[in-house]
Amino acid sequence: MPSLERDLVRLLGDRRVLTSPDALLAWECDGFTVHKSRPRAVVLPESTAEVQAVVRLLYAAKVPFVPRGAGTCLSGGPTARGDAIVVDLCRMKKVLQIATADMFAVVQPGVVNADLTAAVKHLGLHYAPDPSSQTVCTIGGNFAENSGGPHCFKYGMTQDHVLGARVVLPDGSLAVLGSPAGSRLPGAPDLTALFCGSEGTFGIATEITVRLCRDQQTVRTMLGSFASMTAACRTVSDIVAAGLVPAALEILDQATIRAVEASVYRAGYPADAAAVLLVELDGPAVALAEEAAEVHAAFAHNGALRVEEATDPANRKRLWKGRKGAFGAMGRLNTDLYVLDGVVPRTQLEAALQGIAAIGAKHGVLLTNVFHAGDGNLHPNISYDGRDAAQTARTIAAGHEILQLCVDLGGSISGEHGIGTEKLDHFRMMYDDTDLAVMAKVRAVWNPDDLCNPGKALPSRSACAESAKWPAMTARILRDEGHA
Amino acid sequence: MAVSSDCRSSAPGASADADVYARTLDCVHCGLCLPACPTHQVLGVEADSPRGRIYLMRALAEGRVQDPAAIRPFLDRCLDCRACETACPSGVKYGEILESTKAKLEQERPQRGLRAFLVRFLLWHVVARQRRLRAMFALARGAEVLGLRWLATKLRLLPAHMARLLPPVPSAAERRPLRPGLHHPPAGVTPRGKRVALFTGCIMEPMFGRVHRATLQVLLANGFEVEVPAAQRCCGALLVHAGMPGPARQLAAANVRAFADADVVVNNSAGCGCAMKEYGHLLGTADGAAFATKCRDISEFLAAEGLSATPAECRTKAAYDDPCHLCHGQGVRAQPRQLLAQVPGLELAAHDKPEDCCGSAGIYNLLQPELAGEIGRRKIESLAKAGIDLVLTGNPGCMLQIDSHLRAAGHKARVRHPIELLVPPS
Repeated sequence: MPSLERDLVRLLGDRRVLTSPDALLAWECDGFTVHKSRPRAVVLPESTAEVQAVVRLLYAAKVPFVPRGAGTCLSGGPTARGDAIVVDLCRMKKVLQIATADMFAVVQPGVVNADLTAAVKHLGLHYAPDPSSQTVCTIGGNFAENSGGPHCFKYGMTQDHVLGARVVLPDGSLAVLGSPAGSRLPGAPDLTALFCGSEGTFGIATEITVRLCRDQQTVRTMLGSFASMTAACRTVSDIVAAGLVPAALEILDQATIRAVEASVYRAGYPADAAAVLLVELDGPAVALAEEAAEVHAAFAHNGALRVEEATDPANRKRLWKGRKGAFGAMGRLNTDLYVLDGVVPRTQLEAALQGIAAIGAKHGVLLTNVFHAGDGNLHPNISYDGRDAAQTARTIAAGHEILQLCVDLGGSISGEHGIGTEKLDHFRMMYDDTDLAVMAKVRAVWNPDDLCNPGKALPSRSACAESAKWPAMTARILRDEGHA
Repeated sequence: MAVSSDCRSSAPGASADADVYARTLDCVHCGLCLPACPTHQVLGVEADSPRGRIYLMRALAEGRVQDPAAIRPFLDRCLDCRACETACPSGVKYGEILESTKAKLEQERPQRGLRAFLVRFLLWHVVARQRRLRAMFALARGAEVLGLRWLATKLRLLPAHMARLLPPVPSAAERRPLRPGLHHPPAGVTPRGKRVALFTGCIMEPMFGRVHRATLQVLLANGFEVEVPAAQRCCGALLVHAGMPGPARQLAAANVRAFADADVVVNNSAGCGCAMKEYGHLLGTADGAAFATKCRDISEFLAAEGLSATPAECRTKAAYDDPCHLCHGQGVRAQPRQLLAQVPGLELAAHDKPEDCCGSAGIYNLLQPELAGEIGRRKIESLAKAGIDLVLTGNPGCMLQIDSHLRAAGHKARVRHPIELLVPPS
């Protein structure tokens, strides 16, 4: 065993340092399974002090490392490139403090998103950002990726809910960002916000202070089914135009509905509908009555086939279940799944969906759509067989064109999944060399030796250079298809 | 970074089990199974999660694993509780993948050492042969009466964790087997004109003979004729879990023959019921599949037929705990609760995580005492919060595990099989 591994074992014991190359296969990828890379080792620290000690060893040995939570990321963020060591934070799952009156909590990074809400539920509080993987994904991962979720339309992304953090910098030193009073310390730039969404390239957050929200008095969840996707999208526009700010506006298309209904997450969505729109309103009961009437009017105006409303928690949970399980249910369609993430202005949703369907048809790939309609945040899912090289190539090519379409329509290449390794080749759709240079400088302040999660989020200075040192399928296939 | 092309080129050929491989492909790596997995909850290790294990088993089938012994500990730590199947939106048949992979590993490179030998020997030569099992229990009872168990623990011949797990051996009266053959409803009970066959399994009889007697009594009191076939054998579940499907198939075939004339085969052990419902897959025959469709858990059967005999009053606050192989394995959740709701005076309390594994998992608590202990401790914590005097669960392993952990925690609650509460007043 190399001396670094021996030192790590001395530090954490042999049960919390994994070095068997065969066992390490399990850490080869996250929810984005196109790129795979086996780490050199996996370590499982349990405290800030242990993370610091591990990072100091790695820094001294100049060995790159990657922080990892539950591995539900969809862009390759926690995949270890090169010979990096994974710092797995799954054992750091203590809720350290709950400040009820001040409405914040301090948690370790491995605390699961939904577990935090469960821990404060009896106080009438919850943690608002709710990615679809919320029963699995960790607050640390959410912080690193600036995760979103259905309820972010009204309540904002992770960035709006993190007040501060203690982070282990890539040399092992500890930095304190923000405070329970706010993410920005007096007289300083908002470093907490800067760290949020850095995809694990600035350091490892080991204690995170998050805002807790008061549960709303009333929640009303409505499901409308439509004969066309266009009608569903127009309903969304009508609801927003009426001045409402629903807690969530989610659309699932027919193929998604059918996959979900075949799974354990079946929610009773009508299988014959071309699309269903899930609308959630929350607030004081008096206000909701009027808002709900407006939603029902929008449903009626756009010819909804059927409208169902859940007023009790059990039915509400059922209506949400299908949406939350949609990603995994796609496994029923083919062996692999590429979950895309792009954003368009809400008014361009129809155009985007038509364009996406055309791209799918052109490449002959099986495309389904489930998306946060309120934010214009699209998640086209391509189901493919990863063992078939030609099919995989068509999938990647279609994904590339879809993201270009989003940008052309005035949107962006990611709403909430991040860049990771997945979108390094798409970065230049939005940014030029100057943008890149500025971003690289900011990163160098935190991570001067590029030891912390190298090869993520920012492509190297020249795209050609990136492709050359990046023997990944993305680059190779795009060249074959004449895109690069 | 390597790309997935290297695994595509090495897709399994003739040597790999194509069926198992195909099932691993149902997983799209979403991770929704992680919170359902007891070992991932305790260990926080990806390779000790369903997603991680499926990934490793897929890699093994693809020929990407250099040394299968390196991934074996992760597979051995799996309880095979199937909670991940309940959580999986993609419908991955995790249990089949795990059992087939373990069988393949065991066949290609059997585990060595005294412990592995003892496990194989005991499972096949004692547990699977009811007469020897009875003899072993008689010996153990004798040893206990003579104080040898106390001595063995003191001399550390019997490890302390084992001693803690092993409850006192029941008396000969308690271990008495049911009379084989046909039993008729007693005089005064209106017959339903329906005959069921009762499966009695291996460990339930010597450990919880009262559960078999209660099962028989409830069936008879509700007007059913009950046949106890003499030729029946152990269900083979423990052998399947230990990666020994060959011997398990012999037992399964014997059971298919022993119950050939039965229309309905009722059992009171979730693990056995689950295994028997999977005989179609184990045997790969039409007979096996036909037998599987006849199997019913006692709660499933009685809830469907309806109770005609009102159970005796039981003024107690109790919690029902779902055995994994009943809720995740057979999808039976509502039926035991429906039946228990008909017990006069019984207050059924909700507790936090009734569907979480208790850590028993066949002989898992003997093979992985540390992990099983932690999982058991969490179960007791959740039960203790409910403030109950009685725990109801329908599987012998779970009954033993929960009982031993209740005692270790100094908790006074007792453990019963739900069927014991359905016995009408005498």
